[in-house]
Amino acid sequence: MTVAAGRDPNFTHRASLFADRHFKWLVIAPSIIVLLLIGLYPLVHTAIVSFQDITMLAEDTSWSGGKHYAALFSDTRLWESMGHTFLILAIALPIELVLGLLMAQLFLEKMPLKQVFVALLIIPTVISPIVAGSTWRLMFDNQYGPINQIINWFTTEHVAILWLSRPEWVYPAILVCEVWQWTPFMFLILLAALSNVDRSLIEAAEIDGASFWKIFFKITLPVIKPVLIIAILIRALDLFRIFDIIWAMTKGGPGTMTETISIYTYIRAFKEFETSYAGAIAFLVIILLSIIVIFALKRVEIAR
Amino acid sequence: MTASDTSAPQPASKWPRWFTRERRRMAWRFLIALVVLVFFLFPVYWLFITSIKSAGDIFARPPVWFPEQPSFRIFGVLFKDGDVWAIYNSLIIASVSTVAAMILGTAAAYSLARFKTGGQNLAIWIISQRMIPPIVIVFPIFLLFVWFGWIDSYVGLILLYIAFNLPYVIWMMRGYIEDIPVEVEESALTDGCSRWQALRKIVFPMARTGIFATAVFTFIFAWNEFVFALILTRTEVLTFPVLVTHYYGAQSTFWSKIAALSVLGTLPVFFAVATLQRFLVRGITMGAVKG
Repeated sequence: MTVAAGRDPNFTHRASLFADRHFKWLVIAPSIIVLLLIGLYPLVHTAIVSFQDITMLAEDTSWSGGKHYAALFSDTRLWESMGHTFLILAIALPIELVLGLLMAQLFLEKMPLKQVFVALLIIPTVISPIVAGSTWRLMFDNQYGPINQIINWFTTEHVAILWLSRPEWVYPAILVCEVWQWTPFMFLILLAALSNVDRSLIEAAEIDGASFWKIFFKITLPVIKPVLIIAILIRALDLFRIFDIIWAMTKGGPGTMTETISIYTYIRAFKEFETSYAGAIAFLVIILLSIIVIFALKRVEIAR
Repeated sequence: MTASDTSAPQPASKWPRWFTRERRRMAWRFLIALVVLVFFLFPVYWLFITSIKSAGDIFARPPVWFPEQPSFRIFGVLFKDGDVWAIYNSLIIASVSTVAAMILGTAAAYSLARFKTGGQNLAIWIISQRMIPPIVIVFPIFLLFVWFGWIDSYVGLILLYIAFNLPYVIWMMRGYIEDIPVEVEESALTDGCSRWQALRKIVFPMARTGIFATAVFTFIFAWNEFVFALILTRTEVLTFPVLVTHYYGAQSTFWSKIAALSVLGTLPVFFAVATLQRFLVRGITMGAVKG
């Protein structure tokens, strides 16, 4: 670039505008290509496969119409796994939310060692879910785990609960692990949200004699609501695809008692090699999820 | 307590004067906080002591809470048998994919933040890629990788983790770049900097804490990932979460190995949390909460 051109304000302006039109697409293009390849291509492929008839034994690529989709309706194991997923979601999420909120309230005010406590409390959330599941599998072990031992301190007769193989105990065990791992997540987010609530407002309300609950619903909740919604959405999406914790603890057992939708899809696709049928399940999941995701993203984008 | 003697003239309070109502409340909260802490850390403690228990203590009944002869024997076994290879694999795959995702993602984020490229729809499409459950898209990827011969290879898993973490990086870095006042860059551009120079001299240095925090989170996600690794590896590039699940046998479960490998696999994460505290909230909420 010549010195003269560099000094001409109009020239540089036009030049940079021209460059920018390419530049902005140039820098984003590689990412878009990668995402199309790994994000969009599999969706299209899954859609195609789900209308064919591919299994481990037969590579039949002729069109089979919607027969796999029709079969979904009579697949009780599928709907049970859907039920298990929503059962875990419906129990774990409210517990995590309430416990997280209580803990956030506890740590809101000044306390010695507060930063250290918060840092330590977050550990469960960041460790691998496989490690979390394995840890609780150790804890719940009927012979060598400490939980049955602790229970025996309070009982007169000897108890040895088979936590992970008894139908009535396996869900409590999984839920304890899930709540243990993700309550700190809720706690950390809500602690940040609660810190934004104006203390002087609360103090004024206290002087006026407002009850704790009244203060919570009238002052605190409106402030933390946007954050609360985002936290719930993130966790709901995670819980919808829950796989790792359960895989580490029970692999979906006993029987198919704790199969979630992700585990069931995995088994159909990679253990029973029913490719086309698993494709149909996957697409059902995508449709269900799209409804939540579109709603969720609008919220997240608005909150930014 | 001596304080109560000096406060003798004070009318009946069972607490010494220095122990005010405020402080009593704080003491209560502190005690409850301790109980909460014990609940959340006990399993981690249990995992750790299981990894250092002697062979006899592992299968002791009732279980041993404080191993009297701790030994790091099982870590030695993991090294000798080559099981730590899984940690090494995880390290390679997570670091390389993190660096690549950061480079691609930061560039894309810059474009989104400064030029609003593609409008809101492109941004939403990008982040929606993050919401798809792995299990839904993994089968076509599996077939693709079989076709390319990428099953059980570094390149396959690295490429997949780049794609898997890219939406997160773009989304987070867009937020961090938007936090940088655009005026600084504009004045640099009018002073004759090229776009690339402005990026290198202004944007990257000013966003470096954000870059660092995002990179650490990306690393943790890749480090902890299980479903893709389970399906796309066999024996050569097993990552550590997959190897942990291999220790669950039908007949016997290798508790000490599970615990020891889990401890090794958790150490990097401990380190990350210690360095990242200020960014934790923003990092785990995808920037929705700025903490």
